[in-house]
Amino acid sequence: MHLSGHTLNGSEIFFECLRREHVEYIFGYPGGSLLKVYETLYEIQDIRHILVRHEQGATHMAEGYARATGKPGVVLVTSGPGATNTVTGIANAYMDSSPMVVFTGQVPSSLIGNDAFQEADIVGITRSITKHNFLVKDVKELALTIRKAFFLATTGRPGPVLIDMPKDVLNSSCAFHWPESVDIRGFKPTIKCHINQVEKAAHKIAKAKRPLLYIGGGVISAEASEELRAFAIKQNIPVTMTLQGLGAFPGNHPLSMGMLGMHGTYWSNQAVNACDVLIAVGARFDDRVTGKIDTFAPHAFKIHNDIDPTNVDKNIKVDLPIVGDAKDFLAVLLEETPNTVENREPWLAEIQSWREQCPLTYNMEDGALRTEFVIDEVSKQTAGHAVVVTDVGQHQMWTSQYYTFMNPRSIITSGGLGTMGFGLPAAIGAAFGITDRPVVLFCGDGGIMMNIQELVTAVHCKTPIKIFLINNSFLGMVRQWQELFHKEKYSFTDLADSNPDFIKVAEAFGCKALAAETPDAAKAAIKEALAYKDGPILVDFRVVKKDMVFPMVPAGGSISDMLLARLNPKTMV
Amino acid sequence: MKHIISVLVENKFGTLNRVATMFSARGFNLSSISIGETEDPEISRMTIVTFADDQIINQVIKQLNRLIDTIKVTDLTNQPHVERELLLMTLKLSKTQQHEIFELINVFKGKVVDIKQKSITIEVIGSPDKINTTIDIFKPYGIKELARSGAVAIHRGE
Ligand SMILES: Cc1ncc(C[n+]2csc(CCOP(=O)(O)OP(=O)(O)O)c2C)c(N)n1
Ligand SMILES: [Mg+2]
Repeated sequence: MHLSGHTLNGSEIFFECLRREHVEYIFGYPGGSLLKVYETLYEIQDIRHILVRHEQGATHMAEGYARATGKPGVVLVTSGPGATNTVTGIANAYMDSSPMVVFTGQVPSSLIGNDAFQEADIVGITRSITKHNFLVKDVKELALTIRKAFFLATTGRPGPVLIDMPKDVLNSSCAFHWPESVDIRGFKPTIKCHINQVEKAAHKIAKAKRPLLYIGGGVISAEASEELRAFAIKQNIPVTMTLQGLGAFPGNHPLSMGMLGMHGTYWSNQAVNACDVLIAVGARFDDRVTGKIDTFAPHAFKIHNDIDPTNVDKNIKVDLPIVGDAKDFLAVLLEETPNTVENREPWLAEIQSWREQCPLTYNMEDGALRTEFVIDEVSKQTAGHAVVVTDVGQHQMWTSQYYTFMNPRSIITSGGLGTMGFGLPAAIGAAFGITDRPVVLFCGDGGIMMNIQELVTAVHCKTPIKIFLINNSFLGMVRQWQELFHKEKYSFTDLADSNPDFIKVAEAFGCKALAAETPDAAKAAIKEALAYKDGPILVDFRVVKKDMVFPMVPAGGSISDMLLARLNPKTMV
Repeated sequence: MKHIISVLVENKFGTLNRVATMFSARGFNLSSISIGETEDPEISRMTIVTFADDQIINQVIKQLNRLIDTIKVTDLTNQPHVERELLLMTLKLSKTQQHEIFELINVFKGKVVDIKQKSITIEVIGSPDKINTTIDIFKPYGIKELARSGAVAIHRGE
């Protein structure tokens, strides 16, 4: 249908714009300010609306969908409480640079500022957690504003954009015109890297004896995994990744070193400490990665490529900053570096010796069920090809250590904000986007309760997610810090007496559920869950209560402070 | 070190708030900020005075550029520029000191904008440094109220 030039009302324009942006799914919840929109939606077949059970759920679903597919996630919520419920999800998407467009209803223009019923200044509230936001004051501006919002959300460094739509704007009409192009004079991201800078980098790398690639989520959002793989292999350079970068390089490749940072692998952190050239791509030197800045990569010539100039020289002063898209950077680097490679074998051998010195291990002797085993087993049974979503806590860090990520866009986790409650809705959103690979969720017994209501959404939509509940009866990560740094005062972290029966909870929502208490039972349950296709399935893994994630570089510490085991062996279980 | 930054921004509702929010969210110092329309009614010019070391000022400028509503950011500090601030100040007026006050107004090239039985309101224009000095000098005579505009600045023409 060509509606260009036709007179449409605001809510018809809204949907027509979403069509032009090829939106498949809206994650939403209705309310007074959006009645017109939902009236129009009633007749719409080609865009699917997913009814969530809490607006926070909608935002995480949209982000899960966006991270799994690379397409922007779309959220639709009403004014006031609907809008304020999206704040955590927007902040999460902002910190992790996920493309998202959030539409909020607003009270009629004439009432704005009057403390009208269900009024909240959501544009003011979200100013510092959106890439940009808009209040639409006239229906004639609606189409262009939506065009701009999608453009901003997906161009350069991705991020969330919010559009606030007063009720009268949605109800009034004008001639519809879809702007074919959009130009925002204050937004001109640098995509192509400065060639001289890349040549300098190539020169430096070619001569390096102990180079190291430090890869962040920017490589994933730039779809630069192919270029990364070709470059790393051509130059024989080991690759360490951030939490968001995992999957950018295949986890089973000999050059893959897994994650670096606070709970990174021993050999990754040693390699950072010893490398002579560090090539950071699409990463931002977050404090969870660097620990103490002064001792981070102390011997390295630091090259930093990032699409966002503010990331460069923000946390750490680098020697060679290169602003631009990671795909462009790596492609040019691949061309500019020579085919003959410096002998890197001694360097790789040294890394190998660190690997052998402190491998990732856990107790397999006592017959108890451990998170590491569960994740390891899921990794094996899915051959590293699942889309893995996590919540926040110990299970999240163990996922980074024990799941072998083979593909980009395969770890969907709240890194920057560390939002408990992210996992369940994000997994549901991811499963709408990805249907040819299993979507598995690792979630703690604490975090699952933070958005448990979305289980209804999954059941209702028959979303085939595998909910692997890592039930240690503790707010495990907080407990870990209490044991290590707070005199073993386990203040309000023991959930044993208050946790519900998760099997009954799942069943009450209409979700199939299993429990597993031994490694053998876990293995079988994982198999059953992966084979189950009729909707969500939850497995309650009753793992040991007091295990801890190691290695660990304490916050603000250096490599020399890295903990490899419990400080107090008495508390060992 | 003191930096004076000139920013061209979209003349839109909320732009000033975006800039101010960014400064507070990032913990940057914001000594003064002033804004007004330019020759193009769609564009405003903001003059920002901030104290920052080299690393921070780099971030300030990059973060300003990153805002969607900013069009151009220039650090005028080390470029030829003119910087002015307006001071409006009401002083107590007493017979005995009247003469001295008028003399000082002349020294600072100020103007009397209002005069009453017991008070006098003056305006002084100058660099923020001159405005500081003016205030210091007049203090002993009894300042009833004062208002400063914050600095505005512009490149010197070619
Ligand atoms: C919304 C929110 N509140 C509080 C925290 C602080 N926090 C970080 S990890 C954690 C414990 C998580 O416990 P659980 O979900 O059981 O996972 P586990 O660490 O046991 O694997 C808490 C409370 C957080 N990250 N997010
Ligand atoms: Mg737990």
